[in-house]
Amino acid sequence: MSRIVGIDLGTTNSLVAYVDERTGLPVVIPAGDGRRLLPSIVGFTPEGVLVGEAARRQLARRPADTVYSVKRLMGRGWEDVKDELRYLPFRVLPGEGVVRLAVGGREVTPPEVSAIVLRALKERAEAHFGESVEKAVVTVPAYFNDSQRQATKDAGRIAGLDVVRIVNEPTAASLAYGLHRLGQGVIAVYDLGGGTFDISILRVKDGIFEVLATNGDTHLGGDDFDRVLMLWLLEDVQARHHRELDRDCVELAHDPEVMQELRLAAEAAKIRLSTEERTTLTLPLAGFTYHRVITRAEIERLLESLVSRTLGPCRQALADAGLTPADIDQVVLVGGSTRVPLVRRRVQELFGTAPHSQLNPDEVVALGAAVQAQILAGGIKDMLLLDVTPLSLGIETLGGIVSILIPRNTTIPTSAREMFTTSVDGQTVVDMHVVQGERELAKDNRSLARFELRGIDPMPAGMPKIEVTFLIDANGILQVQAREQRTGKAASIEVKPTYGLSDADVERMVEDSFTYAEADVEARLLIEVRNEADTVLTHVERAFRQAGALLGADERAAIEAAVAALRQARAGDDRDAIRERTSELNHATEHLAEVMMDAALKGALGTKRADEVMGPR
Amino acid sequence: MSDFFEVFGLERRLAIDVTALQRRFYELSRRWHPDFHQAAAPAEQARALEESARVNAAYRALRDPLARVEYLIRLEEGRATREGAVAKPKAPPALLAEMFEIQEALEQARGGGLDDGTRGALTAQRDALRARMAEGEAQIAGPLSRAWDAAAPADRPAALAVLKDALATRAYLRTVVDDLASALGEGTEETHVANRRD
Repeated sequence: MSRIVGIDLGTTNSLVAYVDERTGLPVVIPAGDGRRLLPSIVGFTPEGVLVGEAARRQLARRPADTVYSVKRLMGRGWEDVKDELRYLPFRVLPGEGVVRLAVGGREVTPPEVSAIVLRALKERAEAHFGESVEKAVVTVPAYFNDSQRQATKDAGRIAGLDVVRIVNEPTAASLAYGLHRLGQGVIAVYDLGGGTFDISILRVKDGIFEVLATNGDTHLGGDDFDRVLMLWLLEDVQARHHRELDRDCVELAHDPEVMQELRLAAEAAKIRLSTEERTTLTLPLAGFTYHRVITRAEIERLLESLVSRTLGPCRQALADAGLTPADIDQVVLVGGSTRVPLVRRRVQELFGTAPHSQLNPDEVVALGAAVQAQILAGGIKDMLLLDVTPLSLGIETLGGIVSILIPRNTTIPTSAREMFTTSVDGQTVVDMHVVQGERELAKDNRSLARFELRGIDPMPAGMPKIEVTFLIDANGILQVQAREQRTGKAASIEVKPTYGLSDADVERMVEDSFTYAEADVEARLLIEVRNEADTVLTHVERAFRQAGALLGADERAAIEAAVAALRQARAGDDRDAIRERTSELNHATEHLAEVMMDAALKGALGTKRADEVMGPR
Repeated sequence: MSDFFEVFGLERRLAIDVTALQRRFYELSRRWHPDFHQAAAPAEQARALEESARVNAAYRALRDPLARVEYLIRLEEGRATREGAVAKPKAPPALLAEMFEIQEALEQARGGGLDDGTRGALTAQRDALRARMAEGEAQIAGPLSRAWDAAAPADRPAALAVLKDALATRAYLRTVVDDLASALGEGTEETHVANRRD
């Protein structure tokens, strides 16, 4: 059997891992530069496509063409996401069916964007093994519905990867912890990532990891933390600097670059406040510098309601498993957002036990995916994961009521059979509308697909007996088969996925992906050094405007010369020259940076003229 | 095709050793789960998928005593698919007068808000009905199940009818408790499977 890698396709970061045959342990495959996390960010530039760190660096400069957190859009329709669009700097097109983004002068779907991330991980693994890698286990949030899972599989196909298994992230994490760390008993895996939240309750016994219940929210994670902080920062900037803003007629909320910088500053402050009690935020903005001390207590007040939203699903999962918090032997934390101390406190309060987090919460899911890959490859025989379907599956019946075929938390694979017939004489086609969710009315649930049973022999109404089998496979993905009982012949089914891509769509995207393939290595490296140069130029020019007056004439002239030299190099395509001029400019502005920082700490910039601050020299 | 009792090599009896059932479930899962048949021929993979789905369905139907009774009724009545609920809610005759009062109070509650007196009365009734429901469940899982197991083949239909009746009463009580809970502004009763630690 050929090699299978494990991939965590995350909202914020993605990783690829495999099980080392010699040690039997899962390990993350680093990139050539040693980095383990690949930011799940894709930049569309006229020169080509950027992915990961290179794309992250252009976030603030090309907000409209840089796609991040695309996982939140997977398997969704425009209606589902329209409320959060105003926070996304890239354009999402209104329309039926699957979401479409307009970036870099073309239209792409979320699976195509994810495919670019997957392809980068595939290449990373291929470079590591020195051979081609074609199969992968890819993780998804446990609470992902059928469309979201299917979209993930499609992304794999577009990237040239056969996704041999979709695994739920919290259960993957439990596999990474494995028997030697968990022992026997009932465990709760609390997984709060960049964009999604899952809770899974498992029983671990005799090498079997049996999921008893799962619950979650596919739209709750660190991104939401950042957004709340960003909006609060925006208000605070507006309140403290309304005079400058009014004077310069600046509408911060309408400037995507500023909003992106605020978001990044909010994220950085959140991360620092997980280990520190207070942090200082310094943000140079148009014409002034925003400067503020933020305490952990302050951000905890802002995050409280979001963190509380994770507790309801935890209680529901416990109830569905027929358990109480006292029955839980161990709690495992997964996902970067579980580094937030408030999250840890609330989890500990709910379960009454201190949570585990020995394994790096950013890596544990990928490691578990690698373990599952090794199980599938036949390399591990004593461990078996029995997972469940997170949402009830039903069909719409008369009056728009849902008839449930497979209840949530049913162990997968699982199947249900249902009889269908005709209601009109001579009818040859029967429609079915399949939905997923817990609500009574079909319209309140997630529409998965409409199925048309065709080729029924014309008979009086009610005579045909068509047995339809709904099967949820080990990936949590639905398969439907139909058979006319009288004749025993399989009925043909046409599937119209509500928010998915058709096979033809995916085929076309596979072809497109070659046409639009990432710029070749040379071109990519050139884009990266140019981007780096742009970032430095932008910062220097802004700093120069604000604090240039605080420097001596010689120094100013030196900086201006270095800026001009870099601009000239950037116009050409000599990578080394651009890199050298960039570092020269960096060097020339070291003192300027110190002066800026000094002035910012005194709270002096922007509101007063520089000579008032420094006095005459 | 074999029934769910046969999947686990069990006789058709309601008394089941749940620990042994779980052990057998794990064994069968190891045998049939698709994870262990990845390299097999397509036909074998399809078989594993089908068997594994069947093992899962059988375990779900048998591990919980009430689900087990529902499955037994379906099996004894020869219904292959899940068509129609096994237990159509039916009001217990002994409770009719009481139920009538509750329905009236519920009507009132739906019309206008709840005053404190009515709220208190409804809460007390809900608690009483919940207790009665739990008692009924214990009866089904205990003496009534044992009665079916012990009955001679000729007496089994009668014992089954008693079980069916008890399930119908339980289903009725559950809808009333749910209605009361939602009138009181609480969540509804959820179906819980038995996962108590062993």
